[in-house]
Amino acid sequence: MRDSKLLKIALLIVLVIGVQELTTVTDTQYYLTQLTMSAYYALLVIGLAVVMGYAGQISLGHAGFFAIGGYLSAALTTHNLVALQANPVIHGLGSLGMLVSGQDIYGEQLLVVAPWAACIFAVLMAAIIALVIGIPVLKLKGHYLAMATLGFGIIIYRIGLATEYFGEADGISEVPGFTLLPAIGSFGPISVSGDFGLRVENYYVAWGLLVIGLWLLLNLIDSRVGRALRAIHGSEEAAEAVGIDTAGFKLKVFVLSAVYAAFAGVFLTHYNGGIGPSEASVMKSVRYVALVAVGGMANVWGTLIMGVGLTFLSLRGVFGSYDDAVFGAILIVVMLFAPDGILSMNVKALFAGRRTTDEHEAKNA
Amino acid sequence: MLFLPVFFFDYSSSVSILCPLFSIMTQALFFQYLFAGISYGVIYAIVAIGFNIIYNTTGIINFAQGEFVMLGGMISISLLHFFPLPVAIVLAVVITMLVGAMIEIVFIRWLDSPSVLRMIIITIGLSILIREVALHIWGESIRSLPYFVGNELTTVAFGPVRISPQVFWVVGVCGITVVGLSLFFKLTSVGREMRACSANRTAAILCGINTRNMVTLSFMLSAGIGALAGCVMSPITYTQYDSGTSLAIKGFTVAILGGLGNSMGAVAAGILLGIIEAYSVAFVPLAFQDAISITILLIILFVKPHGIFGSSDAARLKEF
Repeated sequence: MRDSKLLKIALLIVLVIGVQELTTVTDTQYYLTQLTMSAYYALLVIGLAVVMGYAGQISLGHAGFFAIGGYLSAALTTHNLVALQANPVIHGLGSLGMLVSGQDIYGEQLLVVAPWAACIFAVLMAAIIALVIGIPVLKLKGHYLAMATLGFGIIIYRIGLATEYFGEADGISEVPGFTLLPAIGSFGPISVSGDFGLRVENYYVAWGLLVIGLWLLLNLIDSRVGRALRAIHGSEEAAEAVGIDTAGFKLKVFVLSAVYAAFAGVFLTHYNGGIGPSEASVMKSVRYVALVAVGGMANVWGTLIMGVGLTFLSLRGVFGSYDDAVFGAILIVVMLFAPDGILSMNVKALFAGRRTTDEHEAKNA
Repeated sequence: MLFLPVFFFDYSSSVSILCPLFSIMTQALFFQYLFAGISYGVIYAIVAIGFNIIYNTTGIINFAQGEFVMLGGMISISLLHFFPLPVAIVLAVVITMLVGAMIEIVFIRWLDSPSVLRMIIITIGLSILIREVALHIWGESIRSLPYFVGNELTTVAFGPVRISPQVFWVVGVCGITVVGLSLFFKLTSVGREMRACSANRTAAILCGINTRNMVTLSFMLSAGIGALAGCVMSPITYTQYDSGTSLAIKGFTVAILGGLGNSMGAVAAGILLGIIEAYSVAFVPLAFQDAISITILLIILFVKPHGIFGSSDAARLKEF
């Protein structure tokens, strides 16, 4: 079991390296941009897969957590704090090395929060908000849970759209790169940014993050926590009866997935150099749910494959102006014909299932 | 969603309302807000009743409910090129009912006791598909039906209070719909069969009621009244391909607030939410309009999920 998991991850790493080499050989390195973005979206989606598939809780608000991460990081690293320099809080942050000063293109002095500090703050905020929202929300079930999380997502969207600090309808642009490692000798700096020359590094950063995230989740699923979650999904009452702290586990997984979403938001925002309100829109949240559904709910690998694949196609513009419609259709088709995901679909069983259903009906009638 | 204008009656006076006069809320202004709130409120109530009809017969919340309202408005606007207004509206309602029936037959009828999660995702998918189809047919432009009587400047004056006649149309049509529906459910045999189906599905089957047809009928009914609401509100709120989403959320808020499945509760809750929203304009920026109803929804869900008019004992028996 453990070996097969490591083997699969090793295979994934080989594949990631192979794809990069392939783009170099075939001179199609422009694909790396979308592959990088897909990896970040996939990070969010695998987190959501654990909430939906294992804990059995639907969330229509995960774009909200993505946006919290992205927006906070973008706002903190772009808004000039020079005017507030005298403020003791700002001064304290400065002496802790959390601020970077520089000059903007007009030569004015610029003082902003360092990306790493902004990242930590943004992810922490997402976790705290997930915790505060999660305590009441996760008590709800079914339709109520769906609507409550949808409502949360819309509120975040509205805040982004209506707050000057977050750039209103324009969003925030010119977000600086996020330097993960400074230059050491001949080994250049590793920075998350849209810089053309850093495309290959960024590809590895994104996929590295995704592989680490995946590995952590797979370990979680195989642990006591994972078994508890599956028990909750099977029957919450039964899980409670055998002494599982259902509310606690659901909340922990919800917060964990919010952290994943926030990390994805932070990194993708630095990579794109900006974020707009559409990242927080309901359609994005629905799209993430669609990716989890098509990947097979309680199937992190399936979700990963579908998440990367479909997001890549969507980002390449394959679906054209039918982009949203394609995801809507995917939701319906998957839920109608293959509620366990495309990858675990068994055509024979589907028809056999129909027949027994009819017999069942006949008996009932 | 962004373009939903809050002030629709009497633009000449709405200019003065929009000026920063909020601190002095005159008596006339108070009533202007009140009537604005009521007319929005009854529309929310109609959407909520649409939710209730389907919920009662199937236990499903149809997330595509707002799209029926949008479809009603859009189809009637298109038909207006060929038919007079009343005919266009009737045809739009009938076409939307057929769409509702088709959706139920194609996507829902043959599923064997699907899980709630599955139904939520399917109806969300349907709402996206309907919206995208509408986008490709009608584009992104904002449309509206003409005012049924007069134009946007016509008002009926009650002393200092001026009200658009369309407000009376909205309230009147919605009122007749609610009364008509309750009579239908109480007096006709089909209505009784539908109620039997919601009370106990197995027992209804044993009594020889074709429950599957009742479900199709409930989709048709809720699509029809949604479309009717979409037609009467179109002159004042305008219709756009994506105007269904925010309506669906408000309708759901109202349905919960009034107690899921309780139509009279929905009317009261709808008017309440409409009035709260209308007065909130004085205190909250326009961009946060939707956020108000969502906040109310979240509070209700956390504090009293069976609604202010619903009973907690009944709620415990329902499947969520």
